[in-house]
Amino acid sequence: MLYFSKLKIVTIYLIIIVLSFFSISNFINTDENSFFNKKFNLGLDLQGGSYLLLEVDVSPLIKEKLQNKLLSIRKLLKEKKIKYQNLKIQNKKIIFETTENYIIKFEEIFLNKNNPINIYYEKYKSYEMDLIKSGSLIKISYSKYGLIEIKNSALEQSLEVVRRRVDEVGTKEPTIIRRGSDRILIELPGLDDPNRIKNLLGKTANLSFRLVSESDEFGSEPISFENETGELNVNKRIIMSGDNLVNAKPSFDNQNNETIVSFTLDRVGAKKFASVTTKNVGKRLAIILDNKIISAPSIREPIVGGKGMISGNFTFQSATDFALLLRSGALPTPLNVIEERTVGPDLGEDSIKAGAISLLIGFLLVIFFMLAKYRFLGIIANVALITNLVLLIGVLSILEATLTLPGIAGIILTVGMAVDANVLIFERIKEEMRTESSKIFAFDMGYKKSQSAVFDANITTLISATILFFLGSGPVKGFAVTVGIGVVTTLFSAFFFARHLTSLYVLKNKLNK
Amino acid sequence: MIFTLKKNIKFSNFYKKFNTISVILIVFSILILFIKGLNLGVDFKGGTLIEIRVDSSNIEISDLRQSLLKMDLGDVTVKKFGKENDYLIKIELTKSSNENFIKSINDTMSSDLGGNINFRRVENVGPKVSSELLKSGMLAISLSLAAMLFYIWIRFEWQFSLAAIAAIVHDVIITIGIFSFLSFEINLSIIAAVLTIVGYSMNDTVVIFDRIRENLRKYSNISIADISNNSINETLSRTLITSITTLLALFSIFLFGGAILKGFSLAMIIGVIVGTYSSIFVATPILNYTNVSQKSVLKEDS
Repeated sequence: MLYFSKLKIVTIYLIIIVLSFFSISNFINTDENSFFNKKFNLGLDLQGGSYLLLEVDVSPLIKEKLQNKLLSIRKLLKEKKIKYQNLKIQNKKIIFETTENYIIKFEEIFLNKNNPINIYYEKYKSYEMDLIKSGSLIKISYSKYGLIEIKNSALEQSLEVVRRRVDEVGTKEPTIIRRGSDRILIELPGLDDPNRIKNLLGKTANLSFRLVSESDEFGSEPISFENETGELNVNKRIIMSGDNLVNAKPSFDNQNNETIVSFTLDRVGAKKFASVTTKNVGKRLAIILDNKIISAPSIREPIVGGKGMISGNFTFQSATDFALLLRSGALPTPLNVIEERTVGPDLGEDSIKAGAISLLIGFLLVIFFMLAKYRFLGIIANVALITNLVLLIGVLSILEATLTLPGIAGIILTVGMAVDANVLIFERIKEEMRTESSKIFAFDMGYKKSQSAVFDANITTLISATILFFLGSGPVKGFAVTVGIGVVTTLFSAFFFARHLTSLYVLKNKLNK
Repeated sequence: MIFTLKKNIKFSNFYKKFNTISVILIVFSILILFIKGLNLGVDFKGGTLIEIRVDSSNIEISDLRQSLLKMDLGDVTVKKFGKENDYLIKIELTKSSNENFIKSINDTMSSDLGGNINFRRVENVGPKVSSELLKSGMLAISLSLAAMLFYIWIRFEWQFSLAAIAAIVHDVIITIGIFSFLSFEINLSIIAAVLTIVGYSMNDTVVIFDRIRENLRKYSNISIADISNNSINETLSRTLITSITTLLALFSIFLFGGAILKGFSLAMIIGVIVGTYSSIFVATPILNYTNVSQKSVLKEDS
């Protein structure tokens, strides 16, 4: 066990040196292009920032889609001259009554793979909608796969919009990823106050231009103001939606001395807008965002250039955010924040300090203890321990792993547990020395016999760390990472590096004798 | 030199006494778990946790409470956290929070108390997420127990596996019992601590068992009781030294690692002590009771 080939020794030192460079590069400024310019990242709990988990709420979207389906089915029934009655939506199902002959006819159309209303998904071997017959009643609802498709496309679209909105706010290096079938995870490092982002993401930003009705006439509904009290009767017909917007930005209206949002329309939008404003001069036009009236100015003259502006008691900040929402487009469906974790930058700094101090103290305590207990072998164990720490940080850097506060705790714990390997070996050597006259043989046997115990002892820790890595979340995952890597570096430093040092010591002692 | 123990302690003399204590502790732990339950934190119960720092020491904890009560937030607890002027507010709000919830609390408190209230940390966990976290935490603990069982089953004879798993279950139950007794707050990092304890306790047991098996192979005419006693003695200084260095590291985290890591490190300290105790006084006696012999070890070898 004590013999090392030259090649092995060179490899051991090479690994240590390379990893040392990686670990040092975390603490000094390295050249951008340098090979060693890989660093571990600080978790949100150490650098400060926000973690948000959003859930897509598809129920309003399904309701809306079902409503549209109802219209297409009505149209289809009329076209195909199928007699029906009581067509309505009940319990998320479209239902209607008809006679047996018509049921067969309807089924033929509805369950045809090329029909335009009920899409057939080749990949799922299933239709978008399920059809259930009970007597003369037909019930149509979204199938399992239809719902999956809705969720999926809603999530994909939301991701796009969320990305645009977060990017526009301009935080550094945000992480926006999809989580499961209906969630979006956002990490915003360095963000002190997540309220603004939460506000921006909390709005679906459905913009519509609708005419204000004179009275509560048919086809109108009362809608309340966003910033003022009171409500107006507004026509249900949407003249134009946010889809026709190509740009929006905050600006200042010198005439009225107020902050406004000016917008530009695409060609279709400009045409529509021109015709409506020409026909309705004198009437009021309501600008509605998420079912709240932003403002409802009177149309003084036709707006033909495809450019317009919105006033609404904006501050500069709220105008900026309003314009941002218009530019980034509407979310297909509302998003709810279901988990939020925010750490201020000063707490992060305090945590780093506390982590560093406790690491240093824990490290020194263990080192002194080992020296007091094992004297010379203690020095070897301590050199191995320091090497272990350097290797651990080096590996973290190469993997560009994220270091969290529990991760620092994991490093300190590794320091405490890492000496175990050398303790097991040294204790075994001591035992062997009692019965063995040859020192070299005792050392050799010590290493050989303790091997299985050291291996067993570390495997159990590695098992716990692996499970935690896959099931833990956030900062706790960082603990699993450091403890897990710690086990590997511990085994390396005990079984290669410390053994090599011990062999040097033993062989040298033999020569001196 | 420290810990050069006389290595002929008759551990088996204490087995009866300590086994009785262990059984009592387990029964007590299960009872207290059923009666008192666990103090689940925001991670597992849902709600809002806010760590604040006020900029003047004139602000009393009662002022904070008063301001929060006014807002009608349901169950609210306020306690000191770490340094002077630092407080931890826990709001057990189960309804999903709207976007301005945190901001409105901050605004109200700032205007009530005058001056700036620094919200250093905010954790808001919805009911859906918290129940998922609880489930995955339970799953993680069960999985790690199962993985240990599998590992030890491959590595050792069934008598050893039985004893080792009994020791781990003993540790987990008693540690959780102590958490319940102390009304210790259970959050995500405690799950990490429990998993690490499971690993540590197993590690400790395995080292002793390794030695017992080795000695069983060597000596055919010595009783298992004596073999295990010798084995514990032979590995005793390693057991103690590793526990000491681990505890040194953990105490360092507990004392200097800041308020956030206090719960985690305390849980680990309790677990390491219980785990070390159990390898000597729970796992080994159970192994003795199974009457494992040289035959059972050699049979497996062949």
